[in-house]
Amino acid sequence: MFELVFPPAFIMILGALLIAMARPALRPVLALATPLLTLYAVWQVPDGIQLTMEFLGRELQLVEGGPLRRLFATVFAVMAFGGALFGLRQARWQEMAAAMAYAAGAIGVCFAGDLIVMFLFWEFMALFSTVVVWCGGTEGARRAGIRYAIVHLVGGIVLKIGIEGLMIHTGSVEIRALELGGFDVWMVFIGILVNAAAPPIGAWLADAYPESSPTGGVFLSAFTTKTAVLALILLFPGTELLVWIGMWMVFHGIVYALLENDMRRILSYSIINQVGFMLVGVGIGTEMALNGAAAHAFTHILYKALLFMSAGAVLYQTGRRKCSDLGGLYQSMPLTTVCGIVGALSISAFPLTSGFVSKSLTVAGAAGGHLAVVYFLLVAASAGVFLHAGIKYPWFVFFQKDSGLRPADPPLNMRLAMGLFAVLCILIGIFPGALYALLPYPVDYVPYTADHVLSQLQLLLFAGLAFFLMLPLMQRTLTITLDFDWLWRVLLARVAAAALAAARAAAASGARLRVAAGAWMESRLAALFAAGGVFSRSWAIGTTALWLALLLSIYVLIHYL
Amino acid sequence: MKRPWLSRPENVRLLWRGFIAVLALVVALQVAVPVHGFFRAEAWFGFSALFGFLACVGMVLFARLLGVFLKRRDDYYEDGRGDV
Repeated sequence: MFELVFPPAFIMILGALLIAMARPALRPVLALATPLLTLYAVWQVPDGIQLTMEFLGRELQLVEGGPLRRLFATVFAVMAFGGALFGLRQARWQEMAAAMAYAAGAIGVCFAGDLIVMFLFWEFMALFSTVVVWCGGTEGARRAGIRYAIVHLVGGIVLKIGIEGLMIHTGSVEIRALELGGFDVWMVFIGILVNAAAPPIGAWLADAYPESSPTGGVFLSAFTTKTAVLALILLFPGTELLVWIGMWMVFHGIVYALLENDMRRILSYSIINQVGFMLVGVGIGTEMALNGAAAHAFTHILYKALLFMSAGAVLYQTGRRKCSDLGGLYQSMPLTTVCGIVGALSISAFPLTSGFVSKSLTVAGAAGGHLAVVYFLLVAASAGVFLHAGIKYPWFVFFQKDSGLRPADPPLNMRLAMGLFAVLCILIGIFPGALYALLPYPVDYVPYTADHVLSQLQLLLFAGLAFFLMLPLMQRTLTITLDFDWLWRVLLARVAAAALAAARAAAASGARLRVAAGAWMESRLAALFAAGGVFSRSWAIGTTALWLALLLSIYVLIHYL
Repeated sequence: MKRPWLSRPENVRLLWRGFIAVLALVVALQVAVPVHGFFRAEAWFGFSALFGFLACVGMVLFARLLGVFLKRRDDYYEDGRGDV
């Protein structure tokens, strides 16, 4: 054991720097070694506050260990390894370094002992995730990256206002469960929800992620929203409002994913949907539900990365991203198809996959709290997940009509990354004990009972029946569906344009006014100074003395009044 | 060129039959495996099947309805309407 705990996030930041500076031949080695070393360091952090430092006269708690923190940091490190493997030969080194720094930010948040440290790593993530979006390399990515950065910087400011308020009013920046109420706490709450992609502001997610590169999408899918889930578990467990925000996200994600044509926009909306499940769990707030939210975040990162990898592989091999351009790829991309299906089944919580053992915890948590409405909405949503991500995504990308495209499976490192994550999804599904042992609270739950498996199969298979019966209603069109980002991409732009035009008009009329006023003043001045004007007259000394005496007496009078 | 196995009509028919057989099986199995669930309704015969089916029909129809109002051509944001 080390006496001194080295912050795991710093290992990753160091790794990111080295990737940026190393010779090209060394970069792949560094990209794979960094997450593994970080993972080792994550497991060396004992529970409790481990490392503090002085900053602006305050003691900052740089590293605090704990089961929940370790769980999230573990999956973030595993995720960074999988993402690095996936992009090993394809991603540009700038992107790889930025993605590693982004992951470092996420791991830093995991171990943050107080709100200030959390905020610093939070912003670190915002910066480098923006770079990852930009690495998409297209004009669309550039614009989406700017919008992404604005949303996250504004969210960061809101969070900072909240944290500073807490610091001033309570004197404490401890990370502890907060009671919703008061300006400061609301600001913290809203700032975190921005990153959790809660509507309405959450439209940033489906706006930015699909513009990234194949590798970028894999990294982006994991960190930002899940650190927000972790922050909510730590700061706002049992906040009832989260149940309803989460529920909105669950159905918002499903409905928009059903309407979507771009394959990675489908997956992006399904992130919103899945994070919604986690928020519901946090909102319920019982030990079982919190376990469920944490477990779900863990498994979700793996299967969502797997889904983004399969979509990234298709994008990399074909250069196409719209369902209406794809189809029939199973013939030439068998491995990608199988991995995509494993991811799709996992997200749908099919028995024997990771989603089944984690989502069941959240749903059972709702039942345990006797929340019948929440419970049945979650069950309906589970069917909806199978509909939009479980079947729709693989069906329209790999099956449906034959697009005539015959791309091969992607290069070896991409295949290995997909294979690794597919195996993890299934292993966790078959042996949930290992995951349950990592959860913050003891688990007294058996996912595999005959009746639960049976009712889940009924639910999912009949959801599948509904999909194929309503296929004519689901045919892909070359459309997008307006989301809340319309408010700032169009409405705000129009308002700004109108305000600009009004300001210009005002300036123009102002200019006319100035000219008129100028002319008037000129004539007055001329009159005043002209021969015979007030200022060019000569005054008698006596008159001046009289005026001075008058002014002085007024002054004295005022002084003594 | 031979059509791939999956897109030959006779195989599609076969898959549909297999699918329907599986559907019938998972409902019929409820006779052998009593489903308890957390709430009383879940114990009804075929509850999850019907609930899943209807929930999906509802969501698809709602999505269609929303689409009527909110669907736009996918170059909507590119033609200078937004992004000043």
